[in-house]
Amino acid sequence: MQALPEFELLRPTTLDDARKARAAHPESQIIGGGTDLMVNIRRGIVAPPVLIDLTGVAELRKINADETSLEIGASVTLVELAAHPQVIKHYPVVAEAAAHIAGPMHRNMGTVGGNLCLDTRCIFYNQSEWWRGAIHHCLKTTGDICHVAPKSRGVCFATFSGDLAPALMTLDAEIGVARADGIRAMPLNALYIGYARQDEPQTATRGDGKHFLSLRPGEIVTSVSVKNTPGLRSAYDKIRIRRSIEFPVCGVAVALRRDGDALIDLRVAFTGTNSRPVRLEGTAALCGGTPDARVLQDLDALVRDQVMAMKTTFTPGHYRRRVAGVLARRLVTRLFES
Amino acid sequence: MAQLLQLTLNGRARVDAVPDNLLLLYYLRELVGLTGTKTGCDGGECGACTVLIDDEPRLSCLMLAASVAGRRVDTVESLGEDGQLSAVQRGFHEKLGSQCGYCTPGFIMSSVGLLRRNPRPTDDEIRAALGGNICRCTGYVKIIEAVKHAIELHEAGVEP
Repeated sequence: MQALPEFELLRPTTLDDARKARAAHPESQIIGGGTDLMVNIRRGIVAPPVLIDLTGVAELRKINADETSLEIGASVTLVELAAHPQVIKHYPVVAEAAAHIAGPMHRNMGTVGGNLCLDTRCIFYNQSEWWRGAIHHCLKTTGDICHVAPKSRGVCFATFSGDLAPALMTLDAEIGVARADGIRAMPLNALYIGYARQDEPQTATRGDGKHFLSLRPGEIVTSVSVKNTPGLRSAYDKIRIRRSIEFPVCGVAVALRRDGDALIDLRVAFTGTNSRPVRLEGTAALCGGTPDARVLQDLDALVRDQVMAMKTTFTPGHYRRRVAGVLARRLVTRLFES
Repeated sequence: MAQLLQLTLNGRARVDAVPDNLLLLYYLRELVGLTGTKTGCDGGECGACTVLIDDEPRLSCLMLAASVAGRRVDTVESLGEDGQLSAVQRGFHEKLGSQCGYCTPGFIMSSVGLLRRNPRPTDDEIRAALGGNICRCTGYVKIIEAVKHAIELHEAGVEP
């Protein structure tokens, strides 16, 4: 048995206590189900001196869902979200995304907040200490270069793989963020700053695979909420190597509205491709008519342009880009005709 | 740092002092001495370490022992009474759902969790519930048959 590094575990039962604990320990890490963080601690990738377990905070364990709006607390488990009758009925893309996350035991353990703030992944990062040490580590830990793109000039390309983010982004979700002096709301889209651009300097709002969340020290994601759009049809699909339990090769969320024979609203978002979940831009140009072969071809072109899959997984980047387009086209066709 | 951990383990109340950084898996195996729960991949991918927390299958290799305070934890040792096997244990035994046996406690606990919340699962539901467990011997066909047999035994009154 290999002992874990020493750390202190705090288990607050109120949000107030959680905020105070976070403020008192700026170097702390939040833990939900631990299905990702514990693996990284066991592999020596991270070693936070303090863990704050939020699963016992009652305020964060609620789902309020009806036909007008949905609010989910950060400590709600993925299995609770996937099985919630009102979520399945009014926000199917969210329930489907939750049901597609990892395996059944992970969904019993994992939380909504944990999935939204899931650490980015890479074949050069999610490895044992021995493996990483043999190639002098990588940018995301203590190394000097990104093994995916050795000429990246300090930019990390680790991939964001959470499934809930794209689903919620198609519904224009907002999140609640708590800090010591209150709670602020912000668009979910603004949480993710992993742009990984080599042609511009990194800032507090433009990061990469290493700095991929815009949270400031001491902040906690407490909830995510969306407002329902009448007539919106939505769904989530995902390709993975092992279908019952795996991170996405690519995950796609689609929400659309149809009026007669015309597509009048199209929202598409991806995960597992870039250092952030990507909400596809330029889809308004695809609306106005039936999504025929030409429209689907244009959709594919948008996907290939905006999805920047790198060699961060066992499947090559060009394959993931093609898969992303295929999944998007399939979902659009299915939802339009349903 | 250590905490006082109170829990109900296999139906009995128990109190132990546990270090903050002790995994539930090692609490069960090394501190309590219940070695039925197995260490497999050590990374949450194989399901060999599955135990029930309040009847939900969870991975003990990724949980801290201190985090199950006040909860009900059941391991494979909780099954069966007075030398009689439980329905799921009999299913795996009689339908040859186990070969080398290393993954079996995990499969059994996932199956027990399934039968406790859904006594009459469909084939698809059985497959979905066992999706987090890996077996390299059986090819899974015998395992599915074992769970189906356990469903029949459970309907006839045997505890899952």
